[in-house]
This record gives sequence, C-alpha cells and structure tokens, in this order.
Amino acid sequence: MDPEIIKSIIEKGMKTSYVHVEGDGTHFNAIIVSDEFEGKLPVERHKLVYSALGETMKEQIHALSMKTLTPSQWENK
Amino acid sequence: MSEDVMKKIQEQIDKNNIILYMKGSKDMPMCGFSARVVQLLNSFNVPYETVDVLQDPQIRQGIKDFSNWPTIPQLYVKGKFVGGCDICIELQESGELEPIVKSAGE
Repeated sequence: MDPEIIKSIIEKGMKTSYVHVEGDGTHFNAIIVSDEFEGKLPVERHKLVYSALGETMKEQIHALSMKTLTPSQWENK
Repeated sequence: MSEDVMKKIQEQIDKNNIILYMKGSKDMPMCGFSARVVQLLNSFNVPYETVDVLQDPQIRQGIKDFSNWPTIPQLYVKGKFVGGCDICIELQESGELEPIVKSAGE
C-alpha cells in the first residue's frame, strides 16, 4: 500500500492539521497532528486514527506505527 | 466474542496488577513489538504477568474485542488499558510510563 493513500484516508476520516506517512509498502510510520487530540489520552488518540482508517487497514494495521500530537505539542517538538 | 472468553480476560486483568498480552513469552517474545514492551517492563524491575496469545486463538481475538484495540501487544495496569507498543514507547519517552508501572508493581 502507498503511504500517500494512508495519508489521504486519515485526512478524510478526521480533522487534522498535519499528516505525514512514510513506509516501504509493508511497514509504515505516521505522524498525525490534530486538535481533536486535545485533552485525550494516547489510547483515545490512537483509537480516533484507527476509526478514521476504518476497514482500510484492518489486516495490515499492525504494520502501522504512529505518533499522535496536538498542534501545540507539534509546535514545541 | 463469547461470554466465557470475556470473563476469562476480565479475571486475568483483575488478578494481575500488571499484565501484558503478547506474542510469545517474556523469555522468548515472538514479535518485535512485544519484545520492545517486555524490554521496557523489565527495565522497571517490577513483577508482571504475561499471556501468550499465540497459545490461545480465542484470547488472541478476544483481547482485541475486549479493548477495542486492533493490535497485540496490549498492556493493562491496575485494570486499565494503557496501550500497545507505540503508546508504551511514547509514554516512556515522556517519562509517564515508569510511575504508572511502578505504582502498580509495589
């Protein structure tokens, strides 16, 4: 799967201010910045992304690592 | 998911302050993500229990449904779902993991 496809699915499924996905076709790393993450625990943040991905990566989801940040965390990085 | 599997998982989580659902065992993890979390937990020197989901396909699927989380490993501390590998690493990097784990391991 093309990392760009994953990126566009995440962007369609939730409100984001920055999404970056890279990968070799089997393993992917994603950075997702969204103000929807504000006040949420990491578990809840990742669940938001999983639900944005929906059925797309059900089988390959284990191959996705992600960092979930709020816009202010991203600024301060 | 069958009621029995759900009940069994609930019991495991209730009985163990720190419990990791993983692939393989502490001594021989069968997946890099599981191995990473074992490594983190070992570094804290606290007792913890593990469940090898490869030994039980019902638990393997059951824990995903139970937590509403699609991947293994899954770490529970004091009955609460902490997260999978990424989150444990994230919490470790921000210094939040150690107090969570240590408070449960004493």
